[in-house]
Amino acid sequence: MDVLKEDRVLDCSGLLCPLPVVKTSKAIKELSVGQILKMIATDPGAPPDMEAWSRQTGNELLLSTQEDGKFVFYIRRTK
Amino acid sequence: MAKSDPNAPKRLAIIASKGTLDWAYPPFILGTAAASMGWDVGIFFTFYGLTLLRPKLTAAISPLGNPAMPMKMPFGPPAFQQINWPIPQLIMANVPGFNALATTLMKQTFENKGVATIEELRNMAVELEVRLIGCQMTMDVFGFKREDFIPQCEIGGAATFLEYAADADVSLFV
Repeated sequence: MDVLKEDRVLDCSGLLCPLPVVKTSKAIKELSVGQILKMIATDPGAPPDMEAWSRQTGNELLLSTQEDGKFVFYIRRTK
Repeated sequence: MAKSDPNAPKRLAIIASKGTLDWAYPPFILGTAAASMGWDVGIFFTFYGLTLLRPKLTAAISPLGNPAMPMKMPFGPPAFQQINWPIPQLIMANVPGFNALATTLMKQTFENKGVATIEELRNMAVELEVRLIGCQMTMDVFGFKREDFIPQCEIGGAATFLEYAADADVSLFV
């Protein structure tokens, strides 16, 4: 896989539902279409929630993974 | 936007009927999450839920009538925090200040765990353009005036909410 290069990082470590979703939604709107947001979270509810959020908003969840015990998401703004 | 428009976003309609701290969370959590997913959201605040539209939020919690509520301490070593204190309801009911104590402990626990406050969630809801509708009938019953509530809310009755909910994909009563 190509190395993903984010245009912006949003750290939601230590925040619980619904804050990662709300803050991601706000941050993605501040990017241009095509740009990539890297979001970091510690809430175990974040992976399923980010998938649902991506399906509902149409923004593309390029990668959902774990780094250093945290959940990491790469999201491309699509519209 | 009417639902007959095929491009209309999904819609969530919630009735918030309770004003305690624990019951204040679900409408605001679900409302802000749905709005963050691009949905239209409207919350109708009625009966005790109406107090959640006051400028200064005073939502408190009571362990009374909440027999499943864990009574845990938000400080101390992890093993201590895990203890679920077996306090009989009869004592909770009779010790002055018990609800204030429980409210303080619950708020501290929420803060420690990274849960937003009701104030923060309500501000987010306003920012996300969630429709906040205060119930006119409840205002009349409890003697509230328009200026007793945040300016960002609107005031309406059952018909106002029902018209909105008629086109909703998800309707919840909290």
